[in-house]
Amino acid sequence: MIAQILFIIILAAAVYLFSKNVAKIRRNILLGRAADRSDNPALRWKTMAKIALGQTKMVKRPLAAVMHFFIYVGFIIINLEVLEIMIDGIFGSHRIFSKPLGSLYGLLIGGFEVLAVLVLTACIVFLSRRNIARLKRFSGTEMTEWPKSDANYILIIEILLMTAFLTMNAADYKLQLLNFGHYIKAGSFPVSSLISPLLPSSANSLELIERGCWWFHIIGILAFLNYLPYSKHFHILLAFPNTYYSNLHPKGEFSNMASVTGEVKAMLDPSFVPESAGEPQRFGAKDVTDLTWKNLMEAYTCTECGRCTSVCPANITGKLLSPRKIMMDTRDRITEVGKNIDKHGKDYADDKTLLDNYITREELWACTTCNACVEACPVNINPLEIITEMRRYVVMEESQAPASLNNMFGNMENNGAPWKYSQADRFNWADNEGGQ
Amino acid sequence: MNQNIPTMAEMAAEGKQPEILFWVGCAGSFDERAQRITRDICKILNHVGISFAVLGTEEGCTGDPAKRAGNEFLFQMQAMANIQVLDAYQIKKIVTGCPHCFNTIKNEYPGLGGNYEVIHHSQLIQQLIDEGKLKAEGGESFKGKKITYHDPCYLGRGNGVYEAPRKALEILDADLVEMKRCKSNGLCCGAGGGQMFKEPEKGNKDINIERMADILESKATVVAAACPFCMTMLRDGVKHENKEQEIQVLDIAEITVRANGL
Repeated sequence: MIAQILFIIILAAAVYLFSKNVAKIRRNILLGRAADRSDNPALRWKTMAKIALGQTKMVKRPLAAVMHFFIYVGFIIINLEVLEIMIDGIFGSHRIFSKPLGSLYGLLIGGFEVLAVLVLTACIVFLSRRNIARLKRFSGTEMTEWPKSDANYILIIEILLMTAFLTMNAADYKLQLLNFGHYIKAGSFPVSSLISPLLPSSANSLELIERGCWWFHIIGILAFLNYLPYSKHFHILLAFPNTYYSNLHPKGEFSNMASVTGEVKAMLDPSFVPESAGEPQRFGAKDVTDLTWKNLMEAYTCTECGRCTSVCPANITGKLLSPRKIMMDTRDRITEVGKNIDKHGKDYADDKTLLDNYITREELWACTTCNACVEACPVNINPLEIITEMRRYVVMEESQAPASLNNMFGNMENNGAPWKYSQADRFNWADNEGGQ
Repeated sequence: MNQNIPTMAEMAAEGKQPEILFWVGCAGSFDERAQRITRDICKILNHVGISFAVLGTEEGCTGDPAKRAGNEFLFQMQAMANIQVLDAYQIKKIVTGCPHCFNTIKNEYPGLGGNYEVIHHSQLIQQLIDEGKLKAEGGESFKGKKITYHDPCYLGRGNGVYEAPRKALEILDADLVEMKRCKSNGLCCGAGGGQMFKEPEKGNKDINIERMADILESKATVVAAACPFCMTMLRDGVKHENKEQEIQVLDIAEITVRANGL
């Protein structure tokens, strides 16, 4: 009885704390500007099913794809077992699904065990890729101590959870063989039966191990749940809405700024009266709140895998720009803005901005807008949009484009071409017929 | 051989409407190397007997480099001026000689009121091949030559056009090889996003030199391009590696013209 009450208290506290932190992230995301991503729900569902559920963009790197698939499937399917654990915990039952499911139960538990081994294997491979093989993709200026530790914590927690799960089953299996107490014959244990000889043979110690692992496993899961909002691992949840709200236009298409259209129309036709769009907004983005909610959602979705950076032509050739850093900076800054609101109220402004305090101009100007980062992201994050919005701020609000780009703008304004050629010479190419 | 290249103004004066407008673009108009590609696209159009016209001096930059560099004002000024001209001539269909013009007119002009059917010249060549109007006979033979194709970002990833330019190469009976970074994984030439008009940021090498490694590894003797900016970057890369004798950089249109002896 005490165990049940304790369990319910821990569960309720974990769910409460998690909801509170998720609500905070939701609030932070909604600090972004409006963006309409409500069109074409059929295609959006399809995109989510293909990219988040089906993980089709992972396959470009086959080893990572297979390993990740193990952890992903393991996570989803082993959660069925967590459901049973929850019910057992609340009602004080033991393996409540075993009776209604009959022989299927054995198959399920056996399946979970095999998955647990696959998850373990994948986590060990991933850990060694990061810490022994030291893949280039997992390093870089933005991969400071916290992001590196975060990745290791996630993998170690998963290894511990799977180990506890298998040890619990092994003890349970041994207790079943001893016909001890309420340990009814239930489930099949293809993996844990192999490790059971390592456990002591006394029923009491076995029960202690079984209960110990049971509590460790479930409290571990609830603790891990509450770790998510602080971690890059939050992608397991946000990958779904983030792909649902994907950009459905061709990647080459950049948004046309409606606020600029009004002004340009008024310039070309003095009789044109632009619609008043309420409060005048800043052109482009200086800080995170100038970005759209979708940009901010993407920042929270990023799991820092570095596929974007590893294909970025600027990064490959040694420039400062790293698309992953753009996303991580955006997340760090919006988290900071959120904390400021919690501490000092809604209208508090610190003296920091995403531009300059987090992302430098040198990074922004190194981008070739080639869309390789956008293409590479397994969950459709678009670092290029943030870069473009920040360039817009630098050019249109500050007039601080590099001098050579200002020359290009000047040429275009005066001659209709980015180079210093006369508009009148634009058709001369047709006269040079013989000159090839 | 002087070919017939009518302007829209001339056509309109005669009360004629061409089937398609050829949007030449700034590079195609002013860059000497790209001018040759422009003339070759005209040769193809004349060869298959498509009625076309160009805007000549009435054409202005689409605004692409301004937009990518963050100058939305200048972009929209250019766009609206161009839309006015295009609409005044009641243009319905456009073929461009540049992936940047193609992307901008096709994707970004509709939101500003300019709605046209837009294709890139590699797509036109593919259509003509599919219709049997264009072959690879009567000209230079590319048989057995090692050719690789460099995907321009704004044609490939930007708009998903990967097959059309490859189709134009497939009929050559050449030895087509892909670089290790191709199609959706293709590496940028380094010119996009306004980089063409500025010095690169500090780094350990230029992007086109990084791309040269892929080209050298492919052992191709012809690099097919489909963008005037890639053309400049790739040629600079070839020069940098002192491979001008061994490696030619040719546009899809130039290859087509050569193969057909136009």
